[in-house]
Amino acid sequence: MLKKRIIPCLDIKDGRTVKGINFVNIKDAGDPIELAKRYVEQGADELVFLDITATVEYRKTLIDLVQRIAAEINIPFTVGGGISSVEDVRNLIKAGADKVSVNSSAVKRPELIKEIAQEFGNQCVVVAIDTKFENGEWKVFVNGGRTATPLKTVEWAKQTERLGAGEILLTSMNNDGLKNGFAIDITNQVAKSVNIPVIASGGAGSKQHFHEVFEQTGATGGLAATVFHYGEIPIPELKAYLKTKQIPIR
Amino acid sequence: MIAIIKYNAGNIKSMQNALHRLGFEGVITDDRATILSAEKVIFPGVGEASTAMRHLKERGLDEVIKSVTQPFLGICLGLQLMCNKSEEGNTSCLSIFDADVKQFPPKDKVPHMGWNNFESIQGELFKGIDKNDDVYYVHSYYAELNNNTTAVCNYISPFSAALKKDNFYATQFHPEKSAGVGAQILRNFLEL
Repeated sequence: MLKKRIIPCLDIKDGRTVKGINFVNIKDAGDPIELAKRYVEQGADELVFLDITATVEYRKTLIDLVQRIAAEINIPFTVGGGISSVEDVRNLIKAGADKVSVNSSAVKRPELIKEIAQEFGNQCVVVAIDTKFENGEWKVFVNGGRTATPLKTVEWAKQTERLGAGEILLTSMNNDGLKNGFAIDITNQVAKSVNIPVIASGGAGSKQHFHEVFEQTGATGGLAATVFHYGEIPIPELKAYLKTKQIPIR
Repeated sequence: MIAIIKYNAGNIKSMQNALHRLGFEGVITDDRATILSAEKVIFPGVGEASTAMRHLKERGLDEVIKSVTQPFLGICLGLQLMCNKSEEGNTSCLSIFDADVKQFPPKDKVPHMGWNNFESIQGELFKGIDKNDDVYYVHSYYAELNNNTTAVCNYISPFSAALKKDNFYATQFHPEKSAGVGAQILRNFLEL
């Protein structure tokens, strides 16, 4: 049976791991290579690595970090942040990334999804969607959650699937960093409306929250950062707990 | 020396990293002489079948692959390209394994992405592996069960998780991305 994936996310700024509350007030959570190694040992099913600055001057730092992390780990590895061309993807894959995650640049130019899928296969393209519930609707936000777009989340998710996305990483900005649980409603809506895997992200604060999202939605993975970085939820403990709840877990 | 066949498919670096961690040096190459003189040959890959086949043919690598006599391991798209034909891009493949490659019907999430266990395993590649062990898959196409099938995985329907014929081995899953279980399977191949 296909297992539900537990995915730690490393948000990287200037070569260090950081994590904020609701995307601001970022504080340092340590050396990304050490964290990556620790997660593999703990039984993480995949790693996601998001460069949240991704400015030109840090591109080189990013490639170098990807190379060093890829050399250390033997689980799948997704890299995102500032990717806007097939050339960017090629460089990251050459450095050892298995998949790339695109967000703002795909909203700006949806054809990018198609271009990456054609060159590297659908499985390579993770579309990250930052979503926020405002005025009775789930809408898509870009630029690290700073900019609203007119896109409706479910419609955008469907469009990315048509364009060749292999997976959707859905982050609820309403839930992110608050540790009150994943956004069950929108995760379920998106998972039901596409036939590609959906990873739930934003809001994990306890083991029960992972159980909830796997039991109540079609999400095939749960992603979190803070609760893993600071050891609040040890991954082995989380996995053991989910197994007792009959969730298929590696 | 372990030759890793270089073609236009992705994440070849992952395989080189995996070999390095096991204490072997993998050389990424599309040179005929280097491939044919290697102790082992690995044919990795993710990508699109028709594009990959065209690339192999343009460089004469299709014939080189078929003439390899040392232990040979195809992975993921590599496995699919070693079959007769693939529904992906309606592609004629290398016909090492007598099997066709089909697309998963949309009865569940496609791609089949993530960790899955085996229905059955047999043969030297799976020495020390339990059928309840999980390995990492990411694919939308699969090889049907056939006489060369040595491991079965069930997703939507049972399919070939591994194949073997003479010196040719192949896995649909990614041993280089399957943590300790994958490392053991790679080690088994490297010790053949």
